[in-house]
Amino acid sequence: MRPSKYERPAHLDNPALGGTRLTTSAMIASIAGPDQRTKPAPFGHALVELARTRPDIVGVTADLSKYTDLHLFAKACPDRFYQMGMAEQVMISAAAGLAREGFTPFATTYAVFAARRAYDFIFMAIAEENLNVKIVCALPGLTTGYGPSHQATEDIAIFRGMPNLTIIDPCDAHEIEQAVPAIAAHRGPVYMRLLRGNVPLVLDEYGYHFELGKAKTIRDGRDVLIISSGLMTMRALEAAKRLEADRIDVAVLHVPTIKPLDVGTIEREAARTGRMVIVAENHSVVGGLGEAVAGVLMRAGIHPPAFRQIALPDAFLDAGALPTLHDRYGISTDAMVASIKSWL
Amino acid sequence: MAESASHAIPNVSLAERAWRIRRNALRMGEVQGQGYIAQALGVADVLAVSYFHALTYRPHEPEWEGRDRFLLSIGHYAIALYAALIEAGIIPEDELETYGGDDSRLPMSGMAAYTPGMEITGGSLGHGLGIAVGMALGLKRKASKSFVYNLFSDGELDEGSTWEAAMAAGSHKLDNLIGIVDVNNMQADGPSTQVMNFEPLLPKFEAFGWFAQRVDGNDLAALVEAFDAARHSEAKKPRIIICDTRMAKGVPFLEERERNHFLRVEPEEWVDALAVLDAGRPA
Repeated sequence: MRPSKYERPAHLDNPALGGTRLTTSAMIASIAGPDQRTKPAPFGHALVELARTRPDIVGVTADLSKYTDLHLFAKACPDRFYQMGMAEQVMISAAAGLAREGFTPFATTYAVFAARRAYDFIFMAIAEENLNVKIVCALPGLTTGYGPSHQATEDIAIFRGMPNLTIIDPCDAHEIEQAVPAIAAHRGPVYMRLLRGNVPLVLDEYGYHFELGKAKTIRDGRDVLIISSGLMTMRALEAAKRLEADRIDVAVLHVPTIKPLDVGTIEREAARTGRMVIVAENHSVVGGLGEAVAGVLMRAGIHPPAFRQIALPDAFLDAGALPTLHDRYGISTDAMVASIKSWL
Repeated sequence: MAESASHAIPNVSLAERAWRIRRNALRMGEVQGQGYIAQALGVADVLAVSYFHALTYRPHEPEWEGRDRFLLSIGHYAIALYAALIEAGIIPEDELETYGGDDSRLPMSGMAAYTPGMEITGGSLGHGLGIAVGMALGLKRKASKSFVYNLFSDGELDEGSTWEAAMAAGSHKLDNLIGIVDVNNMQADGPSTQVMNFEPLLPKFEAFGWFAQRVDGNDLAALVEAFDAARHSEAKKPRIIICDTRMAKGVPFLEERERNHFLRVEPEEWVDALAVLDAGRPA
């Protein structure tokens, strides 16, 4: 639990509770499981590849190229890379200006900074004029143990209210590689949540192909439908495999495009009789995929037998090691399996 | 400048242009009965020099690639820019009557999608200079000879984003970017220097790596000299022209109003205002 600055943690003076021994660390920040296949910097490599045939693509960052995998593009195309310093407002404004002059900027920072510091600039300079800027942001939801300064638990809630903006929450390296050319081909502003560094590789096994605006059934099942986005689709697939042992048949509908939502597919899948519907997202319970899907079902008058949400609490989350935090806030595979069993 | 020869009416003095811009603005103000008239009258000389001395553009092809870009960061100054765009032949004069009305191409706050010649959507203050930085970078990448001008206000000096952009422009040595600050020392809550003291402004911009000049923004000859220096300087620096202007310049009884950020003018006063302005028409 969250420590208090006014109280020395009890474990420090009690060797039985661990003493001062470091068992976990905020440096443990990988979302990949120990035996999981990964791919390094899928965004950076995909952008470099795309830039070969798209001379209009430029890169812009606010002092975070290394931490958003954009450094690969900066190295490959130094004359097409613009460093704007640690200043998200001018980074976004400059991206708008470059788009006005016919370029397709990929602007990168952390999700917290784009959503919280640059909102008005994205809204007015980019979205209102439907400019062709792709905003690609690392550390979405709970993917760092640094605490609320870096955890973008409400970025989708913030961005969903912005007209014209397409919102993408990819699951893994395979999907990021496919999403980069797809969002570049789309005319208009895009916000993409980025998994960076060594990113898990999962969806290639399922023969999955990313299409902008499309939700896709990754696996079918009779008892439960999990509607998920981002890394939670990876967790949902793991949970579904584990629940097979309990003869619980779980379908997973992956929704990488949060806006515009694939309303038709969600309605059709949610309306299939007899399945509990669970929305799983790496985001606060407020304003994310869960409430977006709830809105779809409300407007369509669809009533599944049960409707549940796996999401982060509406709270400032703790600092710590990522696996600890994912367990604590219910978005680890173990926590998901336990929740689903408790609801059946 | 070669293209400027095609402007609506050739061989008209800058003083006459400025007078016509003021007149257009007053007529639009009369349509609504109120508005940012004082700013429009104050900045009319700056716009006259911009559109009839400095800028290269084609009135009938406002998105011509070879044009100089003129960005209006201060959306509420739209009335002033419309007045200039009408005078430049980019907006037809008869649209003046629609100012601020339903379905008008001339909304109260300037928006790029609505109005020919309006490069950006201003209004949320502190945006223009940053967008200008991006456009200047883009023009350089295209090896274009065009300049990006950004007209902003002393009130916008309060916005941190203005200084983010000022630092970025200096750091990227954007010698194709010309900033114009209208220092009329009046913003929503009162005199700008009292709301938030931004002085000394000239050394601030110099310290940020700009080629900086400060002029009387209602002195046409001084403005011409400053714009020429900004355009022709060899310095690998962005350029700023700080223009000290007088709110409501040209209509003395409005100049004297103490709080003239958003002027309310009685119906009969419009007639007086136009009469005063017309009496001062340049020879």
